Amino acid sequence: MTGKIQVDARGLSCPQPVLETKAALDSAKEGTVEVLVDTVTSRENVLRLASRLNWKGTWEESEQGGFRITLEK
Amino acid sequence: MVNRLLLSRLGPSLTGAVVGVLAPVLVFLGNPGNMGICVACFGRDIAGALGFHRAAVVQYLRPEIAGFILGSFISALAYREYRPRAGSAPIIRFFLGVFAMIGALIFLGCPWRAYLRLSGGDLNALWGIAGLASGVGIGIGFLWNGFNLGRSAPTAKASGMVMPALSILLLALLLLAPQFGRDAAGLPTGPIFFSKEGPGSMHAPAFIALGVGLLVGWMAQRSRFCTVGALRDLFMLKDPHLFYGIITLVIAAIGTNVALGQFKLGFTGQPVAHTNALWNFLGMLLSGLAFTLAGGCPGRQLIMSGEGDNDAAVFVMGLVVGAGIAHNFGFASGPKGPGPFALAAFATGMIFCLVVGFFNRGRVSA
Repeated sequence: MTGKIQVDARGLSCPQPVLETKAALDSAKEGTVEVLVDTVTSRENVLRLASRLNWKGTWEESEQGGFRITLEK
Repeated sequence: MVNRLLLSRLGPSLTGAVVGVLAPVLVFLGNPGNMGICVACFGRDIAGALGFHRAAVVQYLRPEIAGFILGSFISALAYREYRPRAGSAPIIRFFLGVFAMIGALIFLGCPWRAYLRLSGGDLNALWGIAGLASGVGIGIGFLWNGFNLGRSAPTAKASGMVMPALSILLLALLLLAPQFGRDAAGLPTGPIFFSKEGPGSMHAPAFIALGVGLLVGWMAQRSRFCTVGALRDLFMLKDPHLFYGIITLVIAAIGTNVALGQFKLGFTGQPVAHTNALWNFLGMLLSGLAFTLAGGCPGRQLIMSGEGDNDAAVFVMGLVVGAGIAHNFGFASGPKGPGPFALAAFATGMIFCLVVGFFNRGRVSA
């Protein structure tokens, strides 16, 4: 699968950002997955999950005040 | 350096170790037995001090709670994590807080205290911890099936200041309360009530308790320490890093209790506890489910309320109201065992939580 998948996990309580991300990573298997989150805690949790599943993660602050995480494998 | 450590995978373990040492020290300095830190008990004492219930033995404005919120608030500001947000099913979260508190007061403690009780040798806590794990397990079932309470959204900056301001108000009332009225018998006439005897009359010096609260609030904000997330992430995601925080808490607290001569192994004669295994289990089962649906343990909710999370603040208000209900309606346990209407409270709470779990499913992502 090469298309870019986006997960919008902004405003969700623990552990839903991680569950949504995991579902997206599991279905994508490889390629690029973009995750939007609104707190530093969610950003850390998503990046920790990604590294455990051997995805490479980078992030930047998004215009709306949260974070845009890019996961690649 | 310390901040990097707290943010690392070791952060929760470090926080757990500090809580494990300082909580027994607070008991040594005057807090009730195995109650160095307990969000449920302290919330109940605050509700009593404000006159929301009239159980005369559990009324005190515990400064640790204000410390947690303010410590988290200061930390969140310092590290640019102060993000006021609101709007994820607040009324449901309020009643999750109400029933979480009722369950905790059937057991007699929040999850933090369940582990602290165990660390003091109180084996009744094992039933509570088993109940907590079972409640978290039911919550996980809902989470796997897409449970969520909807999104919160960024909101007015000032809304996040309400809980810190309330904390400062409670600290001010703690200082001013002794100057308020007494009747002819010397009993307080309110508006603030402090216990003359019982657990509410036992407390460490206020400034030390506040200092511990601030430190733990700061560390827990940095490390995301959570006693419910610990079990949830261990079971659901096979991620043990929060759970290690529980392990270090228990080890540090056992060591500190032994060193201070506070360790007493057994079921009977334990401080602020009862020996009814079934209700120790069921109380924490209800609490564990409510905490899991709300997204974190009561300590974590306090910390998030300090970061500006309005929904967590509403949950905390639910805890305080739940404490008033638990005592006024005869739901709360005492040292002799469960209250007269514990079954009615448990059944109502479970029905509420299960309905919430069943009817709030459906993916929110595109």
